[in-house]
Amino acid sequence: MLTEIEKEEQVLVIFPHPDDEAFGVSGTIATHRKRGTPVTYACLTLGEMGRNLGNPPFATRESLPEIRKAELKNAAEALDIQDLRMMGLRDKTLEFEDDCKMADLVSNLLAELKPSLVISFYPGFAVHPDHEATARAVVRAVRRLPEGERPKLHLVAFANNTDTDLGAPDLVYDISDVFEQKMAALRAHISQTAWMLKEMEKLLHQKDETTVQRIMFERFWNYRWDDDKVSEL
Amino acid sequence: MEPIITAKVQESIDSFANQEVYIHLETTNGAYASHFDEKFFSAGAYIRNAKISYEHGKIVGEGPYRVGLKLAIGWVYAEGLTHFGFDEKGRLLLAGHGFDGKLAVALQIGKEPFKY
Repeated sequence: MLTEIEKEEQVLVIFPHPDDEAFGVSGTIATHRKRGTPVTYACLTLGEMGRNLGNPPFATRESLPEIRKAELKNAAEALDIQDLRMMGLRDKTLEFEDDCKMADLVSNLLAELKPSLVISFYPGFAVHPDHEATARAVVRAVRRLPEGERPKLHLVAFANNTDTDLGAPDLVYDISDVFEQKMAALRAHISQTAWMLKEMEKLLHQKDETTVQRIMFERFWNYRWDDDKVSEL
Repeated sequence: MEPIITAKVQESIDSFANQEVYIHLETTNGAYASHFDEKFFSAGAYIRNAKISYEHGKIVGEGPYRVGLKLAIGWVYAEGLTHFGFDEKGRLLLAGHGFDGKLAVALQIGKEPFKY
């Protein structure tokens, strides 16, 4: 069931790694930007622990952060994101950070930007520990707000148990209008996406249904406040 | 990074012996290993900017290589190392890159702490 993307006042996207935005939500971001809606992207780390370094290697553990920072800026440019914030945390450490500080970081962004929509991961269905820690911080920060003042929370879920435990997505957007921008965002993160893109472009060319579905449609779940599993701090 | 030349690596290991050095040691299957294959048992460990001093160290094997550092009261070691290089501060960077081009292990030694 397709949904139209609603017009927003201000969108806040919060993800932990450069490229998290490209896979699941870049078409949605590009659509908001096309309408002139301000989009802030807070990227918590530089993906310093990325494992795609090539063999023969094109980067080292120490040179990767700068490479990914440049890629992140390029991706933001491809999507016309005017407000990119690199929050300076370290890849793979977010779940070990002080949970209060993590929620405060999000609360500060909410207070400053007053977004009408927040896009992030769905806690419990986000697979990577950094995704989960980010998702929890977002839910905790939004939960601090009185119900009437909360922004919409559109969350990405991709754990293997998503269908059975969370059900079908609440929102499915056809982003074929901005497909080229999505591809440009994916290409911007070339150090991490090169192999995947090669395979994906081949499958798209063959009109492979699963791949077309995965790329041309973006899926979100509303947060189930009536089944809130994120613990209080 | 280039494929390990044991003599060069050994020379560098020797040059860092018996003084305070910072190490980065990491091993990982990647955070998605168990997502893509639910039967896969994912494990890893990571330490960054641990300050140590070792009495001596050695690179051994036919490739992939192993490196062990003997401390006054302990050990540091890594296996699966394939590539080496030096950064702009002369730190020794050792890495093990899998057949798929993904980093599987890293051991790095420097006189100055690593960034980030």
